[in-house]
Amino acid sequence: MILTNARIIDPEAGTETQGAVRIENGRIAEIGDIDGDGIDCRGLCLAPGIVDIGVKVCEPGERHKESFRTAGLAAAAGGITTMVTRPDTDPVIDSPEILQFVQRRAASDAVVNVLPMAALTKNRAGREMSEIGFLKDAGAVAFTDTDHVTQNTRVLQRCMTYARSLDALVIAHPQEPVLSAGTCVTSGPFASKLGLPSVSPLAERMGLERDIALVSATGVRYHADQVTCSASLEVLARAKAVGLDVTGGTSIHHLTLNEFDVDDYRTFFKVKPPLRAEDDRMAAVEAVASGLIDIISSMHTPQDEESKRLPFEEAASGAVGLETLLPASLRLVHAGHLSLAGLFRALSLNPARRLGLEAGRMAKDAPADLVLFDPDVPFQLDRARLRSKSKNTPYDLQRMQGRVERTLVGGTTVFEREAT
Amino acid sequence: MFPHRHLLGIEGLKAPEITTILDLSEAYVAQNRKTNKHLDVLTGLTQINMFFENSTRTQASFELAGKRLGADVMSMAMQASSIKKGETLIDTALTLNAMHPDILVVRHPNAGAVNLLASKVNCSVLNAGDGRHEHPTQALLDALTIRRRKGRLHRLTVAICGDIAHSRVARSNILLLGQMENRIRLIAPPTLLPSGIDQFGVEITDNMEEGLKGADVVMMLRLQKERMDGAFIPSEREYFHRFGLDEAKLAHAKEDAIVMHPGPMNRGVEIDGTLADDINRSVIQEQVEMGVAVRMAAMDLLARNLKAWRMRDAEVMV
Repeated sequence: MILTNARIIDPEAGTETQGAVRIENGRIAEIGDIDGDGIDCRGLCLAPGIVDIGVKVCEPGERHKESFRTAGLAAAAGGITTMVTRPDTDPVIDSPEILQFVQRRAASDAVVNVLPMAALTKNRAGREMSEIGFLKDAGAVAFTDTDHVTQNTRVLQRCMTYARSLDALVIAHPQEPVLSAGTCVTSGPFASKLGLPSVSPLAERMGLERDIALVSATGVRYHADQVTCSASLEVLARAKAVGLDVTGGTSIHHLTLNEFDVDDYRTFFKVKPPLRAEDDRMAAVEAVASGLIDIISSMHTPQDEESKRLPFEEAASGAVGLETLLPASLRLVHAGHLSLAGLFRALSLNPARRLGLEAGRMAKDAPADLVLFDPDVPFQLDRARLRSKSKNTPYDLQRMQGRVERTLVGGTTVFEREAT
Repeated sequence: MFPHRHLLGIEGLKAPEITTILDLSEAYVAQNRKTNKHLDVLTGLTQINMFFENSTRTQASFELAGKRLGADVMSMAMQASSIKKGETLIDTALTLNAMHPDILVVRHPNAGAVNLLASKVNCSVLNAGDGRHEHPTQALLDALTIRRRKGRLHRLTVAICGDIAHSRVARSNILLLGQMENRIRLIAPPTLLPSGIDQFGVEITDNMEEGLKGADVVMMLRLQKERMDGAFIPSEREYFHRFGLDEAKLAHAKEDAIVMHPGPMNRGVEIDGTLADDINRSVIQEQVEMGVAVRMAAMDLLARNLKAWRMRDAEVMV
């Protein structure tokens, strides 16, 4: 198959070129001026498919919120070709048997690649280490307790030491657990006006400081999944400067929304960590541009209407993001903060590299996981039309720019926008 | 001069609207002192009080206000009812809404819960306190008390002292007194101040003598022991020593300064018992009296709007 007349985005080289891509046996066989008939891309952008670290698919346990089928369809429609799934399901993915269940379900139902992560501690309780060796052999690509921060530093130290011996990647949510317990917004005048329990960005910085100290003691490979404020960006920069094997990520919500979006107690804007002040949002955007933050994720967290239609303090956290990750990220491009190649470093190349995957590159022999999109077409988001089972998006009714036209996984088209 | 459907907070009220409520309240103060207190302003209307949090004085005040205006009043202790059976706030609201109430008075432990409820029902909602957010009728009754005692509600120096972090009363009062252009001083240990409060147009100090200097009004807040989970203050006796109001500290305020407290009081913690009972300085009992009048005025104004809107809707239907 040949994709002709495309604006080819190469995040590795940092370039955009006009040309064609030939696909053979599920891989990219040739890039450049290619003769022959194929699919005319009409000059739209062709980039390596997005590798999204931290997707919650609610299987097992809460299939009414999201399943592998619906998450896969949503991912495909959003240009995500690999979902790296979270272990915070019910039951928690903390044993090879449950991991295999997830792999089976994903293989039969999801139209995109699924790579599962496993819990770092049993039941994410922060007391006993999960079977990191077995889980890694069974295919777990990283180990994380997600938003359950390990309170007991000794346990975390041992987990990291053990993970280091297996060369496993540990992903953590940097947060000082006592300071952030029971809070739901970022402290400041706005939080005080709303009267909601609030946490200072300091808690994120303290959590990251602790983790980094343990990383330097144990030498483990470490990724902080959500670095969202300038105080903790300094910590990340210092860790990188001394050569630790550390990367940082952030969610698209923290790059495109701020604390004021909560407005009149709108629970669709309740995420973890809470949305930050505008200064911190801008600092995170600049950190993505400079490469200090390596990875942008959707932090896709489906929640049903019942768990959101509650007073703000009691409502569930999280937002869906598979289908909105790319259009929301394109806001950063349209605002002039990032180039398209720079954006796809953070969306595709860097997460793939961090997990040791072949994907994420626009190069010969790389897997033909590709997204074809129009970066400029405007639309208004209607949450009812999202493919996820849960519709808890913070972008409902917002104007966005940029839409996926076609998504390929291993050379096979898994999504194609119907002509309207 | 009161174009609102609900009274959810002081935020969003303009100075003339506040004055409208207070002016009408004056009439009800006089009415409440008569032997025959009954009026027919709300006759035929149904008022439901939903209190998801314990309350004695506020609930009694709203109940009495409704009854004196002729409404059919029902008070529900929500802690004891369907909430225990797992029903959500919105379902409870919709259930009651189906019974066609005209006025809902709601108190809830979560900030924003009353706003949420108001968006789901088609009657008027009064916020009787939501979490640490707002308690508008308390601020209005405080304002009425001040205006009657001081003859005006502007260009006064008001000291608000104590547990501001946990207080919805303080937030509503800061908004109201600020809107009416008064000078507001907050006096509290820094552990009991909410973050970013310095941007609310207030002066802040942790020294009572300094904060009370030249004050016309001293507003004490209750130390909300039930909302505290550790290490806000060292002990009640140290708190009383540094922040409790007694004769000596009050001497720094203006000679004719009045002392207020939203109740219930912790005597000997935030206020000296004798001072609280001093009829020359303390207006605490008067605040309670003003409370009924202000709530009557607020419900009266909301009911007028409700009737007008329903009449207009009926015309549209025809």
